Amino acid sequence: MTGNMHLGVEEPIRECQYNQICTHNSSPMDTPHTKKKKIKRKWQVFPGRNKFYCNGRIMMAKQTGVFYLTTVLILVTSGLFFAFDCPFLASNLTPAIPAVGGVLFVFVMGMLLRASFSDPGVLPRATPEEAADTERQIDATNGPSGPGYRPPPRTREVVINGQTVKLKYCFTCKIFRPPRASHCSLCDNCVERFDHHCPWVGNCVGRRNYRFFYLFILSLSFLTIFIFAFVITHVILRSNRTGFLSALKDSPASVLEVVVCFFSVWSIVGLSGFHTYLISSNQTTNEDIKGSWSSKRGKGNFNPYSYGNFLTNCCAALCGPLPPSLIDRRGFVQPDTPQPAAQTNGTGACPSNQVQNHMAATNPLLHSQPIILGGGAPLQAKTSLGGPCSTLGPSQASLPSSIPGLSCGGELMALRDSEIHCHHHLHHQHFISPEETPSPPAALPCATHLGHNVHPAQVFNPASQDSLHEDSVRGLVKLSSV
Amino acid sequence: MATEFHNLQELRHSASLATKVFIQRDYSDGTICKFQTKFPAELDSRIERSLFEETVKTLNCCYAEAEKIGGQSYLEGCLACATAYIVFLCMETRYEKILKKISMYIQEQNEKIYAPRGLLLTDPIERGMRVIEISIFEDSGSTSSSSTGSPSSGTAQ
Repeated sequence: MTGNMHLGVEEPIRECQYNQICTHNSSPMDTPHTKKKKIKRKWQVFPGRNKFYCNGRIMMAKQTGVFYLTTVLILVTSGLFFAFDCPFLASNLTPAIPAVGGVLFVFVMGMLLRASFSDPGVLPRATPEEAADTERQIDATNGPSGPGYRPPPRTREVVINGQTVKLKYCFTCKIFRPPRASHCSLCDNCVERFDHHCPWVGNCVGRRNYRFFYLFILSLSFLTIFIFAFVITHVILRSNRTGFLSALKDSPASVLEVVVCFFSVWSIVGLSGFHTYLISSNQTTNEDIKGSWSSKRGKGNFNPYSYGNFLTNCCAALCGPLPPSLIDRRGFVQPDTPQPAAQTNGTGACPSNQVQNHMAATNPLLHSQPIILGGGAPLQAKTSLGGPCSTLGPSQASLPSSIPGLSCGGELMALRDSEIHCHHHLHHQHFISPEETPSPPAALPCATHLGHNVHPAQVFNPASQDSLHEDSVRGLVKLSSV
Repeated sequence: MATEFHNLQELRHSASLATKVFIQRDYSDGTICKFQTKFPAELDSRIERSLFEETVKTLNCCYAEAEKIGGQSYLEGCLACATAYIVFLCMETRYEKILKKISMYIQEQNEKIYAPRGLLLTDPIERGMRVIEISIFEDSGSTSSSSTGSPSSGTAQ
């Protein structure tokens, strides 16, 4: 009789009792519980290794040193150009030169900052329920694993436009990655349409900021060539009047500019050319380096994402719709109901535990009424979260149960990730094939990072797990203070 | 009408969350946002197949429209590029407008169709556009057994 409601049959209201389910947006400020506690924004509990500034508006990678170098190089070179070369050029040739230079410079800086500061298309980690559901599906597909049995790597195959594409399972984010997504080991996030991690820009380059990155390198090529050409012109014009050596003495900055521009122009123009090729064939750097769509892999291998012609591919990459960020950085972390530790009573029915299991608006948000997690405990057992309903064995609850079982779904999942990693290690004996490693960044100017990332067993490196563990403990301490 | 389905704002009884069903993405058309219309077994006794499919199909249409590459998106892209993307500080992108529309639609569907059947749709944007999460609520007035045994069977190790 449970839940058997047929259309047209009127059931008395008292039989089906549902709590007030709020389908409207609710502000966390409404909750009386939060008045004493400080409400955190989601960026403060973000599980990846990103840095946030301006209260979550700006998002960058952890290592930003090279980005500052890029900015300084551009600012100094352009500054010197405007200060020392432009006055001469404006008066002797045309004032359009500094004007065009100015526009180019502003555009370059704008695109650089936009590429560096925006969310590249990070995929939020799976909520505990979603992860449990995925695990269940994987176990169902693979069959029961006895002791010593090695389950195959977790993949799903999907046919896209006639081409078979393998979707890989991300052990960190607990999701099957969408096609073209990849996990960046530096930022510890899965990024949609992952191109590469660029240290010059201080961020990953993915779906949401690829066009800014491309426009940045394209306009920077123009700016570099522009400065180079006009500084040379300036020196030549001066030497015509006063001789070469005295021209150099009169404008020493020009030497520095020429040197900087000469060395940068090769790599930047080369990179622009490379990315123009990638855009026109609708590939990512990642795919190109791995040779995913090259004909060498197989006779029928082709790129299923290409629109067929160069123009449509370009327009799609540069003028297509810009999807919004999926990781609501500035949203508020929903305040938790009283800690489950105080409420755990060890009975199977979990009668009075209050669990919050949503992230925002349209989820059932029960401010004042308790939710009884009837079927919930078994769900928790699978992911060994040791939630409020402690029907689980003591070995499962490896982290203090003062952590609210299901709050901030994905974030909490990530914080406990290292623990669960270890658990899965023991229980399922995963052996990740080298293919499943987080993909290494591009071998181009971002070559500096190749050294760190190519080790196939990196995910299970005890040292990194220890540091992850440390991070997760720190994160837990942070969360439990909410 | 009020007796046929339950007004969300009026009832204040405790409900039990039995399980959640996840509708996965359908990647057969590429990376565009599209959800599978396969009817999950857990919803078999809770909602009519046609209503569910209608909801998912409408959502798919909306997402397809948001991600469509055509005249309007080109215009918006070119305008934005010409203004160095400053225009997006004042203006909402087309994608964002459609997402708001989708949010309203889901709310409306929840109120009219899903909540009376003890179900609740979660906006996919809350889940990283990966799944449509459908929460299945149990009638606490009945026995405490959950609607299907499948969530609990997952714990067997």
